[in-house]
Amino acid sequence: MTVHDLAVSYGAKPALHNVDLSIHRNCITAIIGPSGCGKSTFLTCLNRMTDLVPGCHVTGRVEMDQTDITNGTVNLIALRRRVGMIFQKPNPLPLSIRKNLTFPLKQHGLRRRSERDAEAEIALRRVGLWEEVKDRLNAPASGLSGGQQQRLCIARALALDPKVLLMDEPCSALDPIASGVVEDLIASLRGKYTVVVVTHNLAQARRIADDVVMFWVRDGAGTVVESGRAQQVFESPGSEITAAYLRGERG
Amino acid sequence: MLLNNCEQSVSRRPSGTDRWLERILRLAGILAGAIVVLIVLFLVIEAWPALQTVGLTRFFSDPSWHPAGGPEQGRFNLTPMLVGTLLATAGAIAVAAPLGVACALFTRFYAPRRIGQVHHRVLELLAGIPSVVYGFWGLVVLAPLIAKLQPPGQSLLAAIVILAIMILPTVALLSEAALRSVPQAHLQAAHAMGFSRLGVIFGAALPAARGGIVTAVLLATGRAIGETMALLMVAGNVVQVPHSVFDPVRTMTANIALELGYAMDHHRSALFVSGLMLMLMIIVLVGLSEWMGRSWSRG
Amino acid sequence: MMLPTGQWSDRVMALVVWAIALMVVGVFFWIVADLVRHGVEHLSWQFLTDSPRDAGRAGGIGPILVSTLLILAVCLAVSVPIGLATAILLAEFARADGWLGRSIRRSLDVLAGVPSIVFGLFGNALFSIYLGMGFSILSGGLTLACMVLPLLIRSAEEGLLAVPDDYRKAGAALGLSRSAMLWRILLPAATPGLVVGLILSTSRALAETAALLFTSGYVDRMPESLFDSGRSLSIHIYDLAMNVPGGEGRAYATAIVLLGLLITINILTFWIADRWLGGRITR
Repeated sequence: MTVHDLAVSYGAKPALHNVDLSIHRNCITAIIGPSGCGKSTFLTCLNRMTDLVPGCHVTGRVEMDQTDITNGTVNLIALRRRVGMIFQKPNPLPLSIRKNLTFPLKQHGLRRRSERDAEAEIALRRVGLWEEVKDRLNAPASGLSGGQQQRLCIARALALDPKVLLMDEPCSALDPIASGVVEDLIASLRGKYTVVVVTHNLAQARRIADDVVMFWVRDGAGTVVESGRAQQVFESPGSEITAAYLRGERG
Repeated sequence: MLLNNCEQSVSRRPSGTDRWLERILRLAGILAGAIVVLIVLFLVIEAWPALQTVGLTRFFSDPSWHPAGGPEQGRFNLTPMLVGTLLATAGAIAVAAPLGVACALFTRFYAPRRIGQVHHRVLELLAGIPSVVYGFWGLVVLAPLIAKLQPPGQSLLAAIVILAIMILPTVALLSEAALRSVPQAHLQAAHAMGFSRLGVIFGAALPAARGGIVTAVLLATGRAIGETMALLMVAGNVVQVPHSVFDPVRTMTANIALELGYAMDHHRSALFVSGLMLMLMIIVLVGLSEWMGRSWSRG
Repeated sequence: MMLPTGQWSDRVMALVVWAIALMVVGVFFWIVADLVRHGVEHLSWQFLTDSPRDAGRAGGIGPILVSTLLILAVCLAVSVPIGLATAILLAEFARADGWLGRSIRRSLDVLAGVPSIVFGLFGNALFSIYLGMGFSILSGGLTLACMVLPLLIRSAEEGLLAVPDDYRKAGAALGLSRSAMLWRILLPAATPGLVVGLILSTSRALAETAALLFTSGYVDRMPESLFDSGRSLSIHIYDLAMNVPGGEGRAYATAIVLLGLLITINILTFWIADRWLGGRITR
């Protein structure tokens, strides 16, 4: 996936500019940087959630398998099936645990109920939730704990067999133990999915990321100041800003 | 993977159901939005013959209201009805606005919690009583009481009292909502400065809520101008400019209700002219409250 | 430090406010007590089912109840689909700054303020005469449908806006179609708001008189079809009170029936708003 000269503005207010980046297939890319530097905005460009924000204007190109997804003719439904998204606050739909998984599958054309149930089980096992919920699949998903809800949301995204998973601070609303479980889960996705995860937690980025992208505010809007292999960025940052941010002196 | 069979190319237009849904919703929305236009259109169409042959000025300058004789012999002076509507509305607002705001202050600042809730419910129930029931009660209870003071009882005074009772809940409930939306920090600041309860109310709460309260009064005014049944039943319906509050009056709305049933030709058309005038007043009021809401939220 | 004069005016103000509040409650109970005292002797099962006799001085309100319910049914059958669709358009589809949403909203604001007698004029001109429906339950119901639309749309829209945005984001990120989101997630979650709107519209329609005078008409016989004229409860009260000497007793009783219906509906709304809506929002 490559990003060329991406710029985003909300109304007249610019949020991102001059973003050029390539994201490697089946790697985990961590996006770091201080609050308000456009990390989440960048993430929402990759599955066109920007369309939901009135007044939001996107220019530039985001290429995924040789297709520019910022183009107006893109089939959003197919795009979002390919690019799953996990939010900061777990957001299960107000349905049962089972329906949270099977309803999207049904919408995407899986007609047979038995197949949907089978897919749901595979996805739940994949995130390690099956043993915990198999006896109460018909209970409302809102009854699960925060960590379980977040894993359910990841299972829901995985069930659609995406190529890319976008995660917007997936652990920041969870307690430390649940956060650890979700983090291990994310690490286990390496090699099978392209994961782009926004995080505030530098230690977490160090633990799970293959690549790291550093965002910073420059000229009133967010942009990329550095990107590269995780080890390289963390150990010998090329930019003075990144170095200061990693030392905790700035941001 | 089971889903592979529906793997679609990313460059395809969005689903057909969604577009159809949006089209249907748009159609319904336009229909709902068009009703006001239709109302004005039909009022104008029906009022046109009278406006054409009688002319607007005669609705204010003719010697009397005897509209049955056609455009030549007929008399089309709507002034007494206009005066009746304006006097009844002004009187009712003068009574209901302070009382309504007092009720809002009561539930918000004076009443213990339980009593405040009960009072709120009573106001809601008052707001729910149909105008024909108010009219009926005014006719059989209030008008005879006023007749004891000075006959005939069905009078401008009865109209003002009934109308005031009817619009009081509107003023009270909306003012209460406006007072509730005043930030608590505002009130705490006033308390912290050692204001008395009166000081908190007049120094902090009412000024902060004044936009909402004015909107409440404007809405109540609109309701009073448009009220028909209750006034039809208690105001006496004599076409005259009243000399005292004990004189009977006829409002524009009551006039329509009384005469549309048998009105023909220009008479009917003249009634639609009065309907058009009512509509204009309402549009001005809505515009006014919108403008005030804007200027206050800016200030 | 509290100034003595301040204390004085404080007490006077408290007294005045309490007095006004008591007075308002007093007026309410005065009205209700009057109605009950004079009307309750005429109430019976017979009264609810019999036809009116002697211009309504004797007999009951059977056909009038039926006409009222038919007018209400026509009103809701037309206004609910249009109102719901418009609310969905405004809350979910029309951008807040788009011209369509803005103009629909403005026009509904005005519609909400239109006096009921003007609806009567409009209904008479459009439905009764121009569309040839005459004085009929259909004309009356359609006129009321126009009248309750703003109320219905406002509450349905509020119900939809109360649904957390998280659901919409989740749906969009999963690539669900908007129609599927709407039917399976948003509308079920907005149900309490929709029900409250329905109930408010019902009570507004039941209370209405002036808009029906020249659309559904006065005829107090049992209606045979929607094209027959039918007299509503509210018009019955008006007619008995103003045009039928000696009709007060039955007018009182009819007023109790109407108020009883409205208060039941009001309590129902309150209960739903409290239990159901309150529960949803806090969860």
